[in-house]
Amino acid sequence: MKIVIQNGRIIDPSQNLDRTANLYIARGHIVGIDTPPEGFEPNQTIDAQGKWILPGLVDMQARLGEPGHNQTGHIASETKAAVAGGITSLCCPPDTDPVTDTQAVAELIQRRARQAATAFVMPIGALTQGLKGERLSEMYALKQGGCVALSQANQPIQNPLILKNALEYAASHNLLVLLRCENQQLKNHGVAHTGAVSTRLGLPSIPASAETTALARDLILVEEAGVRAHFSQISCARSVEMIQQAKQRGLPVTCDVAIHHLFLTEMDLLDFSSLAHVSPPLRSQADRDALRMGVKTGIIDAIVSDHTPLGRDEKQLPFGESQPGISGLETLLALTLKLVDEKVLNLSQAIQLLTEHPANILGLNCGSLQTGSNADLVIFDPEDYWTLSSETLLSEGKNSPFIGWEFNGKVEMTFFQGRPVYLANAV
Amino acid sequence: MSARLTRPNIQLNEQGKLKHFLTLEGLKPHHLTEILDTAESFLNPHTNEIKKVPLLRGKTIMNLFFEPSTRTRTTFEIAEKRLSADVMNLNISASATKKGESLLDTMWNLEAMQADMFVIRHSESGAAHFFAEHVAPHVHVLNAGDGQHAHPTQAMLDMFTIRKLKGDVFDLKVAIVGDILHSRVARSQIQALSLLEAREIRVIGPKTLIPPFPEALGVHVYHDMEAGLEGVDVVIMLRLQNERMQGALLPSEQEYFDLYGLTERRLTYAKPDAIVMHPGPINRGVEIDSAVADGPQSVILQQVTYGIAVRMAVMSIIMSNAALLAQSQAEDTIETTDSEQKAATQERSE
Repeated sequence: MKIVIQNGRIIDPSQNLDRTANLYIARGHIVGIDTPPEGFEPNQTIDAQGKWILPGLVDMQARLGEPGHNQTGHIASETKAAVAGGITSLCCPPDTDPVTDTQAVAELIQRRARQAATAFVMPIGALTQGLKGERLSEMYALKQGGCVALSQANQPIQNPLILKNALEYAASHNLLVLLRCENQQLKNHGVAHTGAVSTRLGLPSIPASAETTALARDLILVEEAGVRAHFSQISCARSVEMIQQAKQRGLPVTCDVAIHHLFLTEMDLLDFSSLAHVSPPLRSQADRDALRMGVKTGIIDAIVSDHTPLGRDEKQLPFGESQPGISGLETLLALTLKLVDEKVLNLSQAIQLLTEHPANILGLNCGSLQTGSNADLVIFDPEDYWTLSSETLLSEGKNSPFIGWEFNGKVEMTFFQGRPVYLANAV
Repeated sequence: MSARLTRPNIQLNEQGKLKHFLTLEGLKPHHLTEILDTAESFLNPHTNEIKKVPLLRGKTIMNLFFEPSTRTRTTFEIAEKRLSADVMNLNISASATKKGESLLDTMWNLEAMQADMFVIRHSESGAAHFFAEHVAPHVHVLNAGDGQHAHPTQAMLDMFTIRKLKGDVFDLKVAIVGDILHSRVARSQIQALSLLEAREIRVIGPKTLIPPFPEALGVHVYHDMEAGLEGVDVVIMLRLQNERMQGALLPSEQEYFDLYGLTERRLTYAKPDAIVMHPGPINRGVEIDSAVADGPQSVILQQVTYGIAVRMAVMSIIMSNAALLAQSQAEDTIETTDSEQKAATQERSE
């Protein structure tokens, strides 16, 4: 199958590209920009006049419901949702059931994803067996089984000695470790940010120090171990500051933020809406502004969806009893581009945070439109206005606090390995 | 900009009147004074006796207590019976939810048993809001305490007590002593006091028992009991829950009593005519000395009696608001039917 996409505005920060050009696809790969390879005879010509051509997005954290949480999502359904949101590569955290702490589970996930053939799914292996924070997992075997990194998902190792060992072991085999920072004792069954809103609503709260004290500890242990570490879903102003200092000292660490932390704050909890229940919790306006400044200045390297599809039974409960999480695949790009409208980011930065940067952190050659790379790409209509509704969400999780929000610009078509896997008007 | 769906206050109906009673936050002072005035009307001015009235005859009220309670449940029940309602008490922690039935299923089942009002106590903050969001439109929800969030009828009976004994809440200095952090009573009291324009609201306790952002509540914080009591008109003591003692929040009962226990000597720092209140049940010798609890300035037992009148007031106001709303909606329908008929007649004649 040979395809030419004509006259689109190609925006690819990985090669510093932003101009109108033709893009040529053959046998699942990008074979040329501007000029086709010799003898190129397209089977299909797509006119992308007025449209943007973006690399398929790379999402470093998305839960797909499988294995173990099938009542609220399947790899097939959630990868469809991903490509509808322009995401063609995604990492799924190890808090599956069973936990992704063996090759078998990692392979199961990849096999299901290959069957679905909609997006590239990369399992993240568990750093410790069962995510219990007690015994190290077979990290090397997990890597052999296709895990691109190791993490504890939302269950950080509390014992510093075990963490130290885990980091040193991972460093010995040059494995990437993703760390969520949260001190369990300071979290103390909290469900909301310790601030004005939790004080007024009487919700058990999680202080910013639950994150920052853990981050301080982790930064020191990461430096000692010499491991490649990436901090996941930081949520407080102080964390941005601490990562900035670590980077200034030359520590090769990176970090990401979940897209909802760049838009929502503790104020969104005021009517006890369980849709705003997330982990880490939505924090103050000042924290949100610092996170926005962090993505603007490059201290924060990537934006993730932290997609967690949940059913009504898990969300239709009083706030504290509901499960934390947001169904986020289909709003990651739309919300990130809203940051461009709001002058927080320029367009190239926004795309970089969703493509080139996460791909580099993971050491993968996705997230780029360079000749020779997989033809994972998005045709985006910047003029299409739409409103998010639960009926049009493709994810099996309808748990989005952004339902009712209006967005400028929509994914029109997504290609995965040269095949169209999403077509807006066909759905 | 994004379209943010801001929901109206779910406690109020289309006419801005109370439909549910979940929290005092977001209410207007007139909602509170209406409750206080109505409560007054249920009370015999000479004997403090509460007469039985037929206001809620034929209505079914279900008391859903997911958390144990003696005083609140009993006074609610008495209030319901004095209003001539049919009363059902359900101790839910011991029944359905333990069998894995979801909260909503439990509620919908009870709704199907023709409930008109649910009085709910639950250990999760926001539980009453949750019920109010999901009940059928004709069913009313009354919060009898949700987690650490709110206990609005308790706060209203406290305001009623203050008004009875001090004439008015306006311009008074009030100190609330003890575990503010975990107290739904304190949160509702603070909101009531500020809506009724108390001059100053103080909270007294160690930092481990004071919410981390007290300025969000509009209170002044004192860690020193004597300084905090200086010149106040009303002292509200909170119950120190036993489980707090087992945690790391306080070193010992003895040290707590030494620092924050209300003794006759300490009470002299307040105004000479200051009143002492306590939502009960009291821990003698932990937060309050018996000499004070049983002394001349204590109004603790009056609070209990007034609690009945205040709860009657809230329930009768909610039911009469519903009747008024239904009436005005019926009138609207009659008007539209009339005009539709007129239009139809006109059409035929043309």
